[in-house]
Amino acid sequence: MADDKSHRNAPSLDAVRHKLDGLSGERYWRGLEELAESDVFDQLLREEFPQGIGAYTDIGRRDFIKFIGASLALAGLSGCGRAAPADEKIVPYVTQPEGWVPAKPQFYATAFTHDGAAMGLLVRSHEGRPVKIEGNPAHPDSLGATDAFAQASILTLYDPDRSQVVTSGGAITTWNAFMIALEGEMEGQRLNGGGGLRILTEDVISPTLADQLRAVLARFPRAKWHQYEPVARGNALAGARLAFGEYADAQYRFADADVVLALDADFLSCGGGRLRWARDFAARRRVRGGKGDMSRLYTVEATPTTTGSVSDHRLALPPSEIVAFARALAARLGAGSGGDAKALSPASGQWLEAVARDLESHRGRSLVIPGDYTPVLVHALAHAMNQALGNAGKTVSYTQTVTAEPVDRIASLRELVKDIDAGQVAALIILGGNPVFDAPADIPFERSLPRVAFTAHLSLYEDETSARCRWHLPQAHYLESWSDTRASDGTATIVQPLITPLYGGKTAHEIVAALLGQSGRSAYEIVRDYWRRQSRGDFETFWRKSLHDGVIEGTAFPAKTVNVKSAASFESQLPGSAAKNPEPKNKDVLEVIFRPDPTVFDGRFANNGWLQELPKPLTKLTWDNAVLVSPKTAERLGFAPDIGATGGERGRVIVDIAELTYAGVQIRAPVWIAPGHADGAATVLFGYGRTRAGRVGNETGFNVYPMRTSGAPWQGTGLTMRKSGRKYTLAGVQYHHNMEGRDLVRSATLDEFRKRPDFARDKESNETLYPGFKYEAYAWGMAIDTSACIGCNACVVACQSENNIPVVGKTEVTRGREMHWLRIDRYYKGTLDEPETFHQPVPCMHCENAPCEIVCPVGATTHSQEGLNEMTYNRCVGTRYCSNNCPYKVRRFNFLQYSDFETPSLRLRNNPNVTVRSRGVMEKCTYCVQRINAARIDAEKDERRVRDGEVKTACQAACPTEAIVFGDINDRESAVAKLKADPLNYGLLTDLNTRPRTTYLAAVRNPNPELKKT
Amino acid sequence: MADEVDKILASEEIAPVIEPGHTYASITDKISAIVLTRPTPMLWYVGFGISFVFVLILLFAVSYLLTKGVGIWGINIPVAWGFAIVNFVWWIGIGHAGTLISAILLLLRQKWRNSINRFAEAMTIFAVMCAGLFPLLHLGRPWYFYWLFPYPSTMDIQPQFRSPLVWDVFAVSTYFTVSLLFWYVGLIPDLATLRDRARKRFPRFAYGMLAMGWRGSAVHWHRYETASLLLAGLATPLVVSVHTVVSFDFTIGLVPGWHSTIFPPYFVAGAIYSGFAMVLTLAIPLRKMYGLEDFITLRHLKNMGEVMLATGLIVAYGYMMEGFVSWYSGSPFERYLMFYRMHGAYRYMFWALLLFNIVIPQALWILRVRTSPLALFIIAICVNVGMWLERYVIVVVSLSRDFMPSAWGMYSGTIWDYAVFAGTIGLFLALMFVFVRLLPMISIFEMRGLLHEESEK
Repeated sequence: MADDKSHRNAPSLDAVRHKLDGLSGERYWRGLEELAESDVFDQLLREEFPQGIGAYTDIGRRDFIKFIGASLALAGLSGCGRAAPADEKIVPYVTQPEGWVPAKPQFYATAFTHDGAAMGLLVRSHEGRPVKIEGNPAHPDSLGATDAFAQASILTLYDPDRSQVVTSGGAITTWNAFMIALEGEMEGQRLNGGGGLRILTEDVISPTLADQLRAVLARFPRAKWHQYEPVARGNALAGARLAFGEYADAQYRFADADVVLALDADFLSCGGGRLRWARDFAARRRVRGGKGDMSRLYTVEATPTTTGSVSDHRLALPPSEIVAFARALAARLGAGSGGDAKALSPASGQWLEAVARDLESHRGRSLVIPGDYTPVLVHALAHAMNQALGNAGKTVSYTQTVTAEPVDRIASLRELVKDIDAGQVAALIILGGNPVFDAPADIPFERSLPRVAFTAHLSLYEDETSARCRWHLPQAHYLESWSDTRASDGTATIVQPLITPLYGGKTAHEIVAALLGQSGRSAYEIVRDYWRRQSRGDFETFWRKSLHDGVIEGTAFPAKTVNVKSAASFESQLPGSAAKNPEPKNKDVLEVIFRPDPTVFDGRFANNGWLQELPKPLTKLTWDNAVLVSPKTAERLGFAPDIGATGGERGRVIVDIAELTYAGVQIRAPVWIAPGHADGAATVLFGYGRTRAGRVGNETGFNVYPMRTSGAPWQGTGLTMRKSGRKYTLAGVQYHHNMEGRDLVRSATLDEFRKRPDFARDKESNETLYPGFKYEAYAWGMAIDTSACIGCNACVVACQSENNIPVVGKTEVTRGREMHWLRIDRYYKGTLDEPETFHQPVPCMHCENAPCEIVCPVGATTHSQEGLNEMTYNRCVGTRYCSNNCPYKVRRFNFLQYSDFETPSLRLRNNPNVTVRSRGVMEKCTYCVQRINAARIDAEKDERRVRDGEVKTACQAACPTEAIVFGDINDRESAVAKLKADPLNYGLLTDLNTRPRTTYLAAVRNPNPELKKT
Repeated sequence: MADEVDKILASEEIAPVIEPGHTYASITDKISAIVLTRPTPMLWYVGFGISFVFVLILLFAVSYLLTKGVGIWGINIPVAWGFAIVNFVWWIGIGHAGTLISAILLLLRQKWRNSINRFAEAMTIFAVMCAGLFPLLHLGRPWYFYWLFPYPSTMDIQPQFRSPLVWDVFAVSTYFTVSLLFWYVGLIPDLATLRDRARKRFPRFAYGMLAMGWRGSAVHWHRYETASLLLAGLATPLVVSVHTVVSFDFTIGLVPGWHSTIFPPYFVAGAIYSGFAMVLTLAIPLRKMYGLEDFITLRHLKNMGEVMLATGLIVAYGYMMEGFVSWYSGSPFERYLMFYRMHGAYRYMFWALLLFNIVIPQALWILRVRTSPLALFIIAICVNVGMWLERYVIVVVSLSRDFMPSAWGMYSGTIWDYAVFAGTIGLFLALMFVFVRLLPMISIFEMRGLLHEESEK
């Protein structure tokens, strides 16, 4: 702590910790008492309770002793986090903290950075505990919505497996010891200009961190900053550079696009702007009152994705043919040369022609989107096509990149390893990421790492990389950190902490500050300092407003003008492989497609039980990654699933384990048949197979990173697959994808809809001998738009988070016992090879004539005065008759003790307004009754009715496409009442006379009449 | 044996309900000796020993169940009821034969019932005890089972009377109470006989207490006859009502394969069917083991075979109507379910139940089969298995394929399901063994009455 004196607010907590080191057991407490008299303790106390100390300047002896006693007692309460340090003001979004009202949650704006950009959040905090994540409506990449990752990130905050201590060579030590070691190391580096210093980060989006890193490079001119992340937008950046000669981010405006072509682009679930895009896209496809117009979406992709599942036309092509398709289409549209539709199959050629005509007839109102993982050439061609179609500046504009330093991530890592191997690296600071686990197979990062004398890894978990570094440093979770970040359009947000670090973690800012000789400088100061330099006018006003709003005004990037260079020259500029025509097909050799797992992503969420148990959007598998192949390919290779006897179908499916050989590496992984997958290709999802993820993530799935090379990070050819003869049990939550002729999801084309807008309506007959319920005040209801639902799962995790829904683990899922109150059913229509896909979120229907209510022998499930079907947990004896009698099967039973009553940190996470259920009790969707009651209390205080939109269920709030609408159907003017009057509205299984309160809007799709199936 | 059958066939005479040559004393001697004087056969020790091992398995399985929760069983969503309910219905069904024999046949003056009613009633009580365990154990929180009773709760909460499970509570508890009373009242004269004949102090004391001062006076007999007629009157509707109520557990539900009006009569017929099968399953080895061929004659076996044949045909009609109505209803859910029963993953169970319940028992049309203890025993076992499968198909298969294909799932019992089921069979047999050891398994005084009537003819 050499710099202590130069920094007023140096964390003397470390000094206390340091002093406590080496003490244990009884000594510990005695040590603490001793400490109470020391200067260090006094300073700590001053920091912990600054106002308190101020108020107690002239206190009596008795009060002083009381105060000290209370402080000591509090110091002993581990896990009792508080809101942010008192001298670092954080500002609530809605309610000012004057007069802290216990049990009244507060919302704070912050942001979650994932997949290339930030998502603005409002985090609900109960008595200093962040409990639930909501989207920030003011943030351009959230617009009030969130995704599954953001929702689940709160579980990571409380994860008891997160790293809690600094370790050096595996032994527990202190931050202080690390800082001293780092100072020494930097002292040495200063002499040679940082020639041996390397910093490895993930994608840096935080402007402050980028600024700090640039300062490091200025201070140590010979040091290098490397960036690597397994899922990076490298192809997108390289594609923009190829097309425009400079890096740029494309900004899409779906509101103005009538025809959209997604070239291997899963824009609804990938990329920084995914939520905004999904919102805009869904808005353009909303038909109400029997009228309306829709945009049309074409998708060309190999792996079935959520985007493909909601598109009007989907063409499944293996990756090499997608390139050929893009080239041919570019040539057809006059935006490139060299491509030729003859290279495609006749069917694809026809498809291409129809798409081309459709795009051409919508010049300036169409949009071609290349996917983040698709080859560079496709990106460049897409830019050229947009220019040729006159879309540039209309449906797509370009800005500078969100990532601070757009360099080729893989080249950057390769250079680092080369430097290490050349013995040029003396100190390597790894800020986040897990390169030992996820580096490309042909870059021997893991092997080279031990050659560096001083290695330090800052990360949330003590993971594979930490295990091979000299120092492991616990990182502060973003909900514990001060930082900043940017949305996909450049809008900056200050990341403010909701809680002091639970496990004493630090942010990257503080580590980089230490490199700059500013150890002990807090992230708060660093971030404030950066923005003080950026802001004009009164800084405090700016700061408060920025924190409060969750966005910094005027930071969105301005559009910049870029011009496509000669499209003809694209291919000549690329190294051979990317532009080559597909090789003649050998039937036994498959193309391989690498994709991040839809729920654990690149492996970073492996220890998050919510995401592990979240069914993958299309396969509906949990807890595992499987190799996806098309039905035809599976048949050819002889793979077939088998239904297990116990809890089979919906829980357990036994599949073949395949031996995959690619790039000289052999891996065994289970095979899953994905309808709609391109033939002749296999999708391998990476992110699983972690060995040091934690208790949840270890030993789940299969590690496929050893097959992923730097030359082909997303796709390649030369994969062979054969049966290994072994079997593997996968845990899925839905096996039947056929509706068996039952009209559960009703759909029509736009033309059919125009002819008969009420095609989905049932004839209503409510004849009954019995008087119905009377709802004098409110009658809550929900409408779910199956046109808008993209199956993204945000609602499922939001529900889990809001309602304290336990995670049951793979074994229990294989027994058909997962607990999600809200599930998303996925059905296919049409053929196995070219299915039409539908997503249908199914919460409790809250039936007027609820079959569950009449069969409960103890009256534990009853009808409320507002029409809710309520579960009284403490009355439930667990006969499960209600579940049997529920035709929608939305009830969930605690077959065993699933809720964790033991782990202290997980208990902190629970929503205090929702009962944590014990074993033997039935549970189900409540329409978030706690939110209804909170709104009712507010309304009653003001002597008014609850306003429309005042109650948002957790699923509704999370939904990016606003597919879920909730409200009072007694209020004719409410959004939900209007939807229920819409001709598209229908109820599920209404012929059972259940009269569900949750109804659906039938799906309308807009296929091109030219492409009608013959 | 063959001669005997030939004789019956030749003379077309009905075999006697009691073999000739018996006197009042010989009947009393023979039956009471089993309890009081004859050495306990080795087979008894072996049988009881094996049964008791299963009782211990039951205790272990139940302890584990109470510790961990019902999740140790194979139940899931959608199949939230499994072995427990299957076994419950099966055991309750088995009990019905006892009540039918002791109540309805008494009122119908079927004299042949006298030699089998005692242990059939005992079987009823033990079967209902086994059955009663399951609804308790299958609860998620079994310690709150009493919430199903309308006790005066301080919270003023009552059971929800629209639920068939509450009706079940009343039906089964009434059934158990009436059966127990009927059985006990019927035992009193014989307990007095045992009291009088017992040599040792303790049996004399114990039987004496249980005989409640029976002296065999005309007043006693008068009151006895009145009480037993009244109880028979009470028990008679129960034969029909209990399984009707049990069938309501299903028919009240919406589930395809459950929601059917044919269930009550078809469940009652099924119950009597399985009950008589169980009586035969027990009677044939017992009469052999204790040499009671004189009292439980071929006539009894033949009559019981005929009851089985009749009820089996009603059950067959039930199956037929289930199939027909599922088609006739036009409901896609019902039709699909029937198709799935026949062709789905559980098709072996469905076809096996048809084989065991419908096809094999048709052999009972043949007199030679009806009068062959071995053939009857085999058929009875088949019917026992078949009826269990029937309940399995109704409970499990229906739940596994209801309305939303997305929620379809399968079920199979775990080791703990089997342990509890086997354990209750062990408990049932162990109780039967204790019963035949300690109480007269055939009603002594009724046999004496029978002899009187026979000799008067």
